Amino acid sequence: MLLDFGIIVGKIAIIFLGILNGAGILTWVERKQSALMSDRIGANRASILGIKLLGLINSLADAIKLIFKEDFLPPKGLRFLHALAPCFAMFPVFVTFAVLPFGPPIELFGREIKLQLLNMDIGFLYILAFGSMAVYGTMLAGWASNNKFSLIGGMRASAQMISYEIILGLAIIGPVLVFGTLEPGALVTAQNQLLWGWLPKWGIIVQPIAFLLFLPASMAETKRAPFDLPEGESEIIGFATEYSGMRWGMFFLGEFAEIVVLGAVLTTLFLGGYHIPYLFDAAEMASGPGFYFPWGATIPLGTWSVVSLRVAAFMTKVAFLMWLQMQIRWTFPRFRYDQLMRVSWREMMPIALLNIGVTGLIIMWLN
Amino acid sequence: MITVQPVRQIKLTLAQKTYYPELWKGLMVTCDHFFTNLFRHIGRSVGMKTKPPMVTIQYPEEQRWISPRWRGLHRLMLRPDGAPRCVACMMCETACPDKCIYITAGESPDGRIEKYPVAFEIDLLRCCFCGLCVEACPEDAIRMDTGIVEFGAFRRDELYLDREFLMNVKPELTTHTQYVGELDGRPLQRVDLVKLAQQSH
Repeated sequence: MLLDFGIIVGKIAIIFLGILNGAGILTWVERKQSALMSDRIGANRASILGIKLLGLINSLADAIKLIFKEDFLPPKGLRFLHALAPCFAMFPVFVTFAVLPFGPPIELFGREIKLQLLNMDIGFLYILAFGSMAVYGTMLAGWASNNKFSLIGGMRASAQMISYEIILGLAIIGPVLVFGTLEPGALVTAQNQLLWGWLPKWGIIVQPIAFLLFLPASMAETKRAPFDLPEGESEIIGFATEYSGMRWGMFFLGEFAEIVVLGAVLTTLFLGGYHIPYLFDAAEMASGPGFYFPWGATIPLGTWSVVSLRVAAFMTKVAFLMWLQMQIRWTFPRFRYDQLMRVSWREMMPIALLNIGVTGLIIMWLN
Repeated sequence: MITVQPVRQIKLTLAQKTYYPELWKGLMVTCDHFFTNLFRHIGRSVGMKTKPPMVTIQYPEEQRWISPRWRGLHRLMLRPDGAPRCVACMMCETACPDKCIYITAGESPDGRIEKYPVAFEIDLLRCCFCGLCVEACPEDAIRMDTGIVEFGAFRRDELYLDREFLMNVKPELTTHTQYVGELDGRPLQRVDLVKLAQQSH
């Protein structure tokens, strides 16, 4: 009983600290990566006793600044909702990760532990549900600020997020149809099979169009360029105009956390989760865990090295997707608002529906 | 009659209209810069001999080279005995399009020249750095070759330069042949206009 409780608390700690640290590192990565892309050096001013740690001290200085900045509430703003909005921006993001497996089941303390907090049969519906909850954050922020422009900004942000939420939902249906499950753990397990004996059956290979829809839609969900209409504070008045200090920081920390979490969702759905091609464990291969290459070569491995390789693979894939989202964010210019809506409703939506139809037909034909 | 210049129409190919190929091209460009710089930064920090990373000029530490002809902060040239070369002829004050030079002339105690500037003031807030005062001066008494780029101030009167400031703005540049470039050891090519004219005839 106590052990069960301890295991759950441990998993929560791993997930929470993982996302939080990932988001913290991303504030640094964003500066340095954009700097390298545009031939600059990036954050390098803040230092403690002359130690700069490649600009990491700048992130610390930012955090200190945000915490000690004046927390301003507009005179006629709604205090309670104004304080609640950043929580609504942060909370769903952290909760979403609960259903995602970040490693294979392990044997510890004489029992099997799944490296997944919640093993739910409706896992992806849960992800979509909490993804939609993030809209409340922007909407409440706009409403509670008692500023007409913020309200309009919040409306705009909500409209954008709802539009792309639909694309997310439709894009998920493709892989779900192919793998026949809504449970992320089972979906990841299903991706370790091989097509025709050599091609890993990852989501990106069996559902490339769904991936190409899901990636931009998830970037629109994180409210980042080229979909950063809610975010451009200095150019367009957005929902966060009346926010300062750490409440503002929470919106943007939530945004960075969302990049980590959506990277994990993309990994789970399309990049085979924690799996490495041709690496099988004892449950999947009778002759022991290890690499089994299609050309006949085998590399036998121990159980724990398989586990650590898989966890490392998951983290690498998430890190790659985080890098990719950053790269896209710093490459493309912002959409106009009508373009943004057109891309969602008139271009991505028909393609998503077509993808579902074609996928269904192919599955029917194969069976 | 009004003639209208037609707007240049950009014809997009089908591949460009679908947007995706162009997105990938854009990503390729930024990725190219990113990985090149990443490799060079890491390589140099490890100790490999790579090309220098492509970086912009890190401004406060590094500055762009400034041509001797570049017009920076003004200065007043000095005679060998330390007196200003200015003879208070008011040419620069007259030539100045912004009317930002204010000279008060006084009788010179030195017997060789008649007048000298009792006060020589430049209002930098009005100055447009056109260099006409430098052109107008018959005595080569005012120049803009200090190479000083940064002259920000917190108060207006800090930008109202007086004679003492202008005479001491860059003390190492007092004799009239020196330019910034020469002081910094950079080669400076001077063209002898008289010789050039003789050659062309």
